[in-house]
Amino acid sequence: MYSVQEVFKAAGVPVDFEMFFFSEVHPHMSAPLEEVAKSVSRNGICLKGPLANPDYSISGELQTLNMKLRRSLDIYANVVHVKSFPGLKNKHEGIDTVIVREQTEGEYSALEHESVKVISFAFILYGVVESLKIVTAAKSQRIAKFAFDYATKNKRKKVTAVHKANIMKLGDGLFLRCCQEMAKLYPKITFETMIVDNCTMQMVSHPQQFDVMVMPNLYGNILDNLASGLVGGAGVVAGASYSSECVVFEPGAKHTFAEAVGKNVANPTAMLLCGAKMLVHINLQQYGDMIRNAIAKVLLDGKVHKDILYLN
Amino acid sequence: MAARLVKRIYCGPISLNRRFSSQVQKATLIPGDGIGPEIAAAVQKIFAVAKVPVEWEVVDVTPVKYPDGKYGIPQSALESMNRNKVGLKGPLMTPIGKGHRSLNLALRKELNLYANVRPCRTLEGYPTLYNNVDVVTIRENTEGEYSGIEHEIVDGVVQSIKLITEEASRRVAEFAFKFAKEQNRKKVTAVHKANIMRMSDGLFLSCCREAAARFPDVKFEEKYLDTVCLNMVQDPSMYDVLVMPNLYGDILSDMCAGLVGGLGLTPSGNIGMNGALFESVHGTAPDIAGKDLANPTALLLSAVMMLHHMGLSKYGEKIERACLDVIKEGKHRTGDLGGKAKCSEFTNEICSKLQ
Repeated sequence: MYSVQEVFKAAGVPVDFEMFFFSEVHPHMSAPLEEVAKSVSRNGICLKGPLANPDYSISGELQTLNMKLRRSLDIYANVVHVKSFPGLKNKHEGIDTVIVREQTEGEYSALEHESVKVISFAFILYGVVESLKIVTAAKSQRIAKFAFDYATKNKRKKVTAVHKANIMKLGDGLFLRCCQEMAKLYPKITFETMIVDNCTMQMVSHPQQFDVMVMPNLYGNILDNLASGLVGGAGVVAGASYSSECVVFEPGAKHTFAEAVGKNVANPTAMLLCGAKMLVHINLQQYGDMIRNAIAKVLLDGKVHKDILYLN
Repeated sequence: MAARLVKRIYCGPISLNRRFSSQVQKATLIPGDGIGPEIAAAVQKIFAVAKVPVEWEVVDVTPVKYPDGKYGIPQSALESMNRNKVGLKGPLMTPIGKGHRSLNLALRKELNLYANVRPCRTLEGYPTLYNNVDVVTIRENTEGEYSGIEHEIVDGVVQSIKLITEEASRRVAEFAFKFAKEQNRKKVTAVHKANIMRMSDGLFLSCCREAAARFPDVKFEEKYLDTVCLNMVQDPSMYDVLVMPNLYGDILSDMCAGLVGGLGLTPSGNIGMNGALFESVHGTAPDIAGKDLANPTALLLSAVMMLHHMGLSKYGEKIERACLDVIKEGKHRTGDLGGKAKCSEFTNEICSKLQ
């Protein structure tokens, strides 16, 4: 985060940051959610580092802070642009995929309950937990429209809907139907559907075939990370989350790398790319391009950061 | 009546002895549709040449009409599976339309198949982008996201229930560690998303931890699903045995197959309380069916897994070696591996290695 501010300063970017320390791991030092949400909606843009989601929360809540922030601002669309960088040696070349992910419902509903305790003959208690996955037509239509709009705006050819409707016939079926209906309104864009397991297999063997992809929450999480892995790791992919009002720029694959904290070895590429993207978004195109080109040049020169070197 | 009684007494000891490798054991064979019969014939031929003491009981699973009007697999097929406790299955066409009972589902219920095991290993001599893959995915097969409980609450709002029970989680975790120990594997990784689904995946995770405590000589680690995906495509050698709930297993096992060259090369086994079913997980490939072009490797390696399961590892290793050698030499590869050999040529080459 500091490196972003430093680079911005060096480039003379006319942007003031409103900084918040926001964390679930250190709840006492964290700024309150309402304040952060208010600042984001006032400014309309936000640059956010990764937040760790611990397995259990101190207050026993099921929702993570990330989820709460997304809910309170209704940041529904997560867009991750996965692109191979020339200069970074990877197994696959020429990847250029945009992954659009619904991130306010689906598996991340945080609606879970222990429904029964069955007492068997041996008097052993068996826990049974139900976790609800919610899919609504309104939100599915919204994300489908977003994906097609994005494809139109960025002159892309194809939208792939990823689903598991063969098993979850109602839930994913609804999502799929919404995408199919939306596709009819955009006759210039090719539309195809793919089952999520086949999709991951295609992704690791022929990732070049994908253009824009749209999917529910959990599959998006999987494919974001998978695709990031293909182009060099979580440290080099930028993402952005959109609501109808504001945009939050954050790294594409949300990892915190807890083991690298404070050692000055973390790779800020993703954050820097996010920063550059943000500048383009607020019509500071020339600054954004400047930073992006500088990053590309550093990567091409081979002064590659530790995690990229290590991972290759 | 008396004859039947005598028969029952006579049958008793045989079924008790069936795990001894010296005796001929019976196994059910479901050739399947499309390329299924060809590759099943290839497996039968190779087994005969290797003199494996397994007698196949070939069953037909063409759907029959049940009294309730629905179509399903014939009772005789289920009975055969129940009797033999082990089976090998080729690819099956899924009939489209309502009123069909899925064969997979019927067999899964009948045999209580709770764990799906899919080893993925790089084939020597067949280079892919990843050449250090050696992972086994173990997937819980009975519940989770595939519980099939879904309802539309109001118009346009659907809720699907992911069901996680302690019983099933414990069972599959226990199996994973036992498997790792038997196969001399070093590490078991539990794949979960407990940061998001804190209760359900949390329950699965705690069952894995319990099992880990009982197997102190197998290393145990917990990883998030997204982390595993990211690391898997960068360095697959980080992982060994992976154990996970249903949906994650579905996704990861196919992804791992993608790393080594597709579903035509990876075997699969379903382990249950009342038996085990081994199968190839690829499709029926109707476009090349009957043309002698199919690659029988997946089914053959599944059959090898079956031999290990039946305590016939001696034969299993021999066949596996022969099959991998033929692929390694590269002279007799089938079309999907970039070769020109026919299915029968590939099979004959394996047979000549076994003689």
